[in-house]
Amino acid sequence: MLRAVAAGILGGGVYALMAAGLTLIFGVLDIINIAQGILVVLGAYLSYVLSVHLHIDLFVGLLITVPAMFVIGVAIYWLFISPLRGAERTSMTLLACYAVALITEGVLYKVFGPGFVSLNAWYTTTSVHVAGFYLPVIDLLAFGLAVAALAVLYAVLYRTRFGRAVRATMQNRTAAALVGISVSRVAALTFGIGVAVTAIGGMAFGATSGGFSPNSGYDLISRLLAIVILGGLGSVGGALVAAVFMTTAESIVDVWSPNWAVAVFYVALVVVLTIRPAGLLGRAPVRAQ
Amino acid sequence: MTAGAARQRAAPAAGIAVLLAAVAVFPLVFTNATVTNFAVVTLIFVACASAWNLFSGYCGYLSLGHAVFFGTGAYVTGIAARDWQVAGNGVFGLLPLAAAAAAVLAVPLGLIALRVRRHTFVVITIAYFFIAQLAASNLAVTGGSSGLLAPAPGYAAATFNNPFYYVALVLAAGTVALSWAIRRSVLGLHLRAIRDDEDRAAGLGVRVTAAKLTAFAVSGLITGAAGGLWFYFLGQAYPQFAFDPLFDLAVVLMAFFGGLGTVAGPVLGALVLEPAQLYLTLQFTNGYLSEILLGLLLLVVLRFLPRGVLPTAAEQWARAWAARQRAAGRGPAPPDGVPAAGSPPAGGQQAGEVPAGGPPVSGAGS
Amino acid sequence: MTAALRAEAVSRAFGGVQALSDCTLTAAAGQITGLIGPNGSGKTTLFNILTGYERADSGEVFLSRARITGAAPHRVFGLGVGRTFQLTRIFPRLTVLENMLVPARPPPRPGRWRPLAGAGSAAQRRRAAELLEFTGIAGHAGALAGTLSYGQRKLLELACVLIADPAVVLLDEPAGGVNPTLITHLAARIRDLNAAGTTFLIVEHNMDFVMGLCDQVTVLNYGTVVAAGPPQEIRADPRVLDAYLGGAGDGSAGG
Repeated sequence: MLRAVAAGILGGGVYALMAAGLTLIFGVLDIINIAQGILVVLGAYLSYVLSVHLHIDLFVGLLITVPAMFVIGVAIYWLFISPLRGAERTSMTLLACYAVALITEGVLYKVFGPGFVSLNAWYTTTSVHVAGFYLPVIDLLAFGLAVAALAVLYAVLYRTRFGRAVRATMQNRTAAALVGISVSRVAALTFGIGVAVTAIGGMAFGATSGGFSPNSGYDLISRLLAIVILGGLGSVGGALVAAVFMTTAESIVDVWSPNWAVAVFYVALVVVLTIRPAGLLGRAPVRAQ
Repeated sequence: MTAGAARQRAAPAAGIAVLLAAVAVFPLVFTNATVTNFAVVTLIFVACASAWNLFSGYCGYLSLGHAVFFGTGAYVTGIAARDWQVAGNGVFGLLPLAAAAAAVLAVPLGLIALRVRRHTFVVITIAYFFIAQLAASNLAVTGGSSGLLAPAPGYAAATFNNPFYYVALVLAAGTVALSWAIRRSVLGLHLRAIRDDEDRAAGLGVRVTAAKLTAFAVSGLITGAAGGLWFYFLGQAYPQFAFDPLFDLAVVLMAFFGGLGTVAGPVLGALVLEPAQLYLTLQFTNGYLSEILLGLLLLVVLRFLPRGVLPTAAEQWARAWAARQRAAGRGPAPPDGVPAAGSPPAGGQQAGEVPAGGPPVSGAGS
Repeated sequence: MTAALRAEAVSRAFGGVQALSDCTLTAAAGQITGLIGPNGSGKTTLFNILTGYERADSGEVFLSRARITGAAPHRVFGLGVGRTFQLTRIFPRLTVLENMLVPARPPPRPGRWRPLAGAGSAAQRRRAAELLEFTGIAGHAGALAGTLSYGQRKLLELACVLIADPAVVLLDEPAGGVNPTLITHLAARIRDLNAAGTTFLIVEHNMDFVMGLCDQVTVLNYGTVVAAGPPQEIRADPRVLDAYLGGAGDGSAGG
């Protein structure tokens, strides 16, 4: 049981990182990036290519994949999202993300085929003996990586000028524009950052999941969405709490019934939303336009 | 009324009659099995796209979980056929049951999902989708991951598709008719008001929850029936097949392509896109290509035709017509609320007449 | 049809800010009452409480003799109280006529909800057309409401409120951002309706508009009622001048 809890917390860190990107994008851009799940898988495949074909260590490879995903993120925003106009703009953006997700999945299928692959290194198969049970080293490393990345994210958001601009835009776009913040630039960069964290998340996910395929995107995005909604759209702290809560719950349920463990995510989501539509820590829904 | 006006009224009705006659004899004329096969599937999607649009298009809550209803209809039909030993034409009789099951399911799903703002609504529908897929995989009654097989229909090989065609035709035509009826009804008006400003609609006395839930249930009902039909036609249902995310993508794309919120838009979208997709799947057996192409097409449509083919085309046509009229010296009222020439100048006010909010004089932009 | 709307000892706080404290306001039946006060004095909050969009922490709201405290907005609307909003709200993708048909009351039928009935019976459409004529935007009946100019939207919003034949109409800054000709037109329409018995409660910053139109004026400052009475008295009341010029004044005399 203790092992389940520990595993849950460690897993939660990684999910929190992936979810943080998603909730950040929502907070600044009012967009739910449904493609986030498959982009994580893309990040994992990038790490895979670097590791298997170029023999670059997984962690070192991040120096390449993170900027690459950042560029991809900005490109997606510029090409498919920012040109959208019209009364149905938010719905359309949602659908655009949906389309990007499906295209990415199709491309991954074509390039890599439907089989499972995994990220391997000397440390992915070793375990450490802690308090009477074994914890895979890679889980600990991934958790550490996630914590480090979240810390960097926090530092950027709260200690830099850019971060201030992001937070200002999150609170009030018009006011931000009025004080000279280039909202479109902040938007593009934030989207890029939100996607860039998927490179890290992807590597962590790929290494700890024991195998992934293009099909893994669905499972991922549904979990990420559940986490983000549960934690409250736009709240990074909420995403963190929700991620750890969900993965720990799943881990515990898994001890009894592996088949239904995954359902914990969705059931928890539906239950929480029935009681409190704003999510655990979210802003109260303002339904006026 | 004058003969001319009578002719005007009769024209669309006659046109529809001709269209229905043509569609009715279609499979008797084109007997190629592939063609009729495409036709059946296309008609099923006409129904599904219209049904989706009837809810999401009219009231603006995008559902990406309609596959839940589709799959539920498929499975209910399959389970009933298996457990009650139904076969042959009798299976068609199970479709109302499938529809009812989907509608009943829609009520609790809707009550939960429709309480939240639109972003969250989309996500909840996605969550529903995954729960459904999971349930179908894990429950014994649904045959687990191998799914269910449909009873053999036992139709003659030459005209095998025809019974399915006619049932699908009835479903599609009925859906379009219902869609049209709703749009011009009180319910349709309320849904569209909800789409524009839900809180204000509520404040003006619109029963928003009842309206949304009704549309959601009707939409689900039709989709459920379509799912049952599709299951019988294709002969099987298993979790990834019955609950397929591409279903939702296709239905959304069709509605957007043709014109979200219009009656004919989803029909056009389905008529154009479904045969295209079927053809592509036939040519390139690798299914992933259709995913990529559909996704790209959706992006293109969103970027360049955000209101869909029909409304954009209608607008272009209207503008061209108005330009021709003006060129010929017969000026109709310009469209955008700019006062027609001859409105009284400021200060010369007759009762009830006002210089149209005074755009030339107005101190505030619009 | 006429009625009086009354708020009694209403208080409302948002976190640490006391938006309204112990406000009593009466919009007497058949009269035009103005509600003025500097920005932030709580006028819109009071409006929201009167019409059910917000709940008061304490106090009551009465419509004639009936207690309607805490009733939901659509119920308040159904009881004959209509309101407009500061930021004009219409349904942009419906036509002007369709906008009018949304709040239209169906003719009383013995309890059947007929959702598929055609939207807008002949009688409703006639009435809608009359009101569009009355407010002066009849020429745009078929246009999408989103294409209307700002002033036209205000008129549409007013027409929408009127179609339900309300006994009491609350107007939130009807003259805001509108050209002088239209203001005069609006004032005339309000007088016409008032002559037929409709009670009005108007929030406004435009002093000429308020003073020229209203029978009674109530002044709000920092959430409390500072003064109430006929326009001439209010105009000369030193507390009122103090509220506008001495405190968080908005200096809006003359709009």
